[in-house]
Amino acid sequence: MKIIVCAKQVPDTNEVKIDPVKGTLIRDGVPSILNPDDANALEEALCLKDANPGSTVTVVSMGPGQAMIMLRECIAMGADDAVLLSSRAFGGADTCATSTTLAAGIKKIGDYDIIFAGRQAIDGDTAQVAPQLAQRLGLPVVTYVQKVREYKDKSVVVERQLEDGFEVIEVPTPCVLTCIKELNTPRYMTIGRILYACESDCIKVWNENDVELDPSKCGLTASPTNVLRSFTPPPKGKGEMLSGTVNEMAAAVVAKLTEKHVI
Amino acid sequence: MVLSEKYQLIRKLARDFCEKEIPKELQDEIDQTGDYPQELLDKFKQYGFFGIKAPREIGGQGGDTLAYCITIEEISRVSSVSAIYVSGANSLGTGPLLLAGTEEQKAKYIGGVARGELFPCFGLTEPGAGSDAGGVVTSAVRDGDDWILNGRKAFITGAPIADFCVVFAKTDPKLGSKGITTFIVDMKLPGVSCGKPENKMGIIGCPTSDVILEDVRIPDSCRLGEVNKGFSNAMKTLDYGRLGVASQSVGLGQACLEEAIKYAKERKQFGQPIAKFQAISFMIADMATELEAARELLYNAAVTKDLGDPKASMYCSMAKYFASEACNHIAYKALQIHGGYGYIKDYRIERLYRDCRINSIFEGTSQVQQMVISGALLK
Amino acid sequence: MAINIIAEKCKGCGKCVRDCPFQAITMENKLAVVGMACTNCGVCAENCPFGAIERTESSMSNVDISLYHGVWVFAEQREGKLMNVSIELLGEGRKLADQIGTELAAVLVGSEVDGLVDELFECGADKVYYADAPELKGYTTDGYTNAIYKGILKYKPEIVLMGATHIGRDLAPSLAVKCGTGLTADCTKLDIDPEDKKLMQTRPAFGGNLMATIVCPHHRPQMSTVRPGVMEKPVRVPGRKGELIKLDIKFKPGEIRQNVLEVVKKVGEIASLSDADIIVSGGRGIGGPEGFDIIRKLADRLGGTIGSSRACVDAGWIDHSYQVGQTGTTVKPKLYIACGISGAIQHLAGMQTSGYIVAINKNENAPIFEVADFGIVGDLFKVIPAIIDALDAQEK
Repeated sequence: MKIIVCAKQVPDTNEVKIDPVKGTLIRDGVPSILNPDDANALEEALCLKDANPGSTVTVVSMGPGQAMIMLRECIAMGADDAVLLSSRAFGGADTCATSTTLAAGIKKIGDYDIIFAGRQAIDGDTAQVAPQLAQRLGLPVVTYVQKVREYKDKSVVVERQLEDGFEVIEVPTPCVLTCIKELNTPRYMTIGRILYACESDCIKVWNENDVELDPSKCGLTASPTNVLRSFTPPPKGKGEMLSGTVNEMAAAVVAKLTEKHVI
Repeated sequence: MVLSEKYQLIRKLARDFCEKEIPKELQDEIDQTGDYPQELLDKFKQYGFFGIKAPREIGGQGGDTLAYCITIEEISRVSSVSAIYVSGANSLGTGPLLLAGTEEQKAKYIGGVARGELFPCFGLTEPGAGSDAGGVVTSAVRDGDDWILNGRKAFITGAPIADFCVVFAKTDPKLGSKGITTFIVDMKLPGVSCGKPENKMGIIGCPTSDVILEDVRIPDSCRLGEVNKGFSNAMKTLDYGRLGVASQSVGLGQACLEEAIKYAKERKQFGQPIAKFQAISFMIADMATELEAARELLYNAAVTKDLGDPKASMYCSMAKYFASEACNHIAYKALQIHGGYGYIKDYRIERLYRDCRINSIFEGTSQVQQMVISGALLK
Repeated sequence: MAINIIAEKCKGCGKCVRDCPFQAITMENKLAVVGMACTNCGVCAENCPFGAIERTESSMSNVDISLYHGVWVFAEQREGKLMNVSIELLGEGRKLADQIGTELAAVLVGSEVDGLVDELFECGADKVYYADAPELKGYTTDGYTNAIYKGILKYKPEIVLMGATHIGRDLAPSLAVKCGTGLTADCTKLDIDPEDKKLMQTRPAFGGNLMATIVCPHHRPQMSTVRPGVMEKPVRVPGRKGELIKLDIKFKPGEIRQNVLEVVKKVGEIASLSDADIIVSGGRGIGGPEGFDIIRKLADRLGGTIGSSRACVDAGWIDHSYQVGQTGTTVKPKLYIACGISGAIQHLAGMQTSGYIVAINKNENAPIFEVADFGIVGDLFKVIPAIIDALDAQEK
């Protein structure tokens, strides 16, 4: 089987803090990581590969050159090779334009049996790119996959998470599946694979010419949505810190909430 | 040292692995019970941590010395006792085999360790031969095609759980350190036994005991390298062991520094976080500076070791000496910053302080390192 | 590129390099250079002290936007019951439609859900577009996408709003690509530009650390998904009527590729956080799954429901449906009591618009206190019983 995984390098937004005085982002020391849901997608692909010897897993990402290390990480976890779609022309893309670029890259790879992606990236939290990619490739999509029940000859049976349960869906392959953390626990890299990932020529870098994409069809130029402005959310003013013994504080909070008719 | 992507990923692997697999509760449990969970050892094996430097052809990971050092550093940052297991498997136990083993011996023993099937220990120290390693009295006497070993090895890390021990024994008592030969002794052979595990101050969870050899008969095929050439073998292996301890020291120092910074920002006295007091913040500056110097010394020694630099042994000793002393200074200051809380077991610094104390002692005390360094300079 | 550095004005001060949330700017020979990681967020342009950074808009299209009219709300129903978020969106959609001076319509998709039509009128819809087919009984990506797409193609709405539910977030991207338009996910605020009547969509990004206002200037419809629990429900007007327009939907065999074999409901209690008036939430400080016992005790005493931080969900102490925050549920109860929650930014993003926030935490420096109306520094296992005692005492 030829398995494709879409992955993104993201800033670890859990590590981001806001400067309480200036209200700006403190970005220093925030590491760039493999997007967590994408790690689940890769793990699923690797399990599928393990079950079908002779299969290959190719990771595709759009991003700047710094994303190479993330792709090396994917290979160190077990992927066979990777493609980085990287060019100034791809910059400033919204999800719509991103999906166009990824679709062009995946078309060039060709002959795939199944595509896994993470549900959403933690820097944007949109969950849009993978379903948009599926639409552009003319493939069926199932999002929020929490379990793969069975890979059949020409279809796959998965569980799709809902707010209050899940549904069991069968889709024909090839298809796009977006993965959530409930699906699996991603494996670690191994040192041997890290050496392979860093010392062999297993990552290709493609620009718009390589994937035969007109520059007007990618990046900001092809993005229907635009950021009008960005701002840090105003922090809610700090309230009152209660003092005294535990019982005094408890009584005070109950009194105050009662006074405001909250309870 | 600016590290390439390769080493950045190795650091990330070791850090992610340890932070997820060895949470604080588990560290506490190991420290309190002295039992190290087999499942955790199995996971280390599964991900190839026991064969970092072993060649790929025999099941190892094929990494270099710097990869080994960074891995040990990161493991030690989370759990120093875990670093002992990993370091032991990679350096002392397999080092002599890598240097002097036949292809069969390498495949069987190094491969076995790298694949997680075997665990090694290193039998050099004796009750009467610690720093003076040349003074071993354990004897090996030729008997036809076999050798008969008798003696007692002391403070052998991991002995009670080891599958084989690399034993240094006198084969020519007249020749002193030039009369020592190395043997691979299966721990299940008749006549091999372990003493009672020592009740240690720190690095609790990795059993350390004597190894007692009573008329142990081993075939000549278990001899490692040439007869009477064991001592230089031991010394070269110690280079890796010393880098291992230096790495553990840097990792532990890092952990101490992080705990100190966290506490100094949280703890308030006189109406402000104690980090605002210069007495505290300057201690932290000193700790971080000393740690960084130790780290640079370590990485440099690791690289020179792989390059075959003639001064590599001296650099390894310098790194071990400086880093182990530094981590003791850092742990002392980190505990001091914690005040009374640092002295109780609820705080992690209490264990870090105990764990770091061994680093300036094992694999050659700081004083032995001074001898090695000065010896290299004044020869 | 979207962000342009005006070389003559750039002094090479490096402020933009530090300000950029995406590490996309580097300094080369004392001149800022924008790299590919740029998302066009504009933080640099706003903060540049020398006005040396300008932002250009993008993407013209051939779409004649004057042909598009009306605000559509996707009336998401499950088993014949309207989702709360859809009602909230009718409330918001009404306001937007009035500001533009256009009509509000609901798009109802399902099989034999005619009973919901009147409810939609009563909640403010002037029109209801109704796609009724047996294949639409349950949600499928292809079925719903194709049904609504046909409606959009024919009736050309200028705005389409959907709830950011597991279904809305699946449907919207497929639909947007089919319509050749843009989409903004998980909006928390919608406004109409008074000048050109375009939709200004504000959403949290970067794990809630950054808010972005997004527009879709040259494509129609302007599509957004909106977080449940953020918009206000409309006042229902019983007997209010509107125009019902049926969409002619027929499916070819194999057109719907997702075959739903089974729907499994979670057994046991389901957290319905977005409707709760009072939420008592537990974080890492509760120590373990059994820590929720005391949280539940207080919630029961107050007639509220329990919630959780992401840390507890990740640790497997409680089901993810209880998670409050950026990646969980956004809540806006009258009272939110955070117990043993430090207040990671992604948690704050999901609860800081609550009416009153009470925080109980051992660490007086926990960020949760920055948003709390009342803060109690102390051990939650002592403070909560004391609060329950105080409530009992007050009753007497």
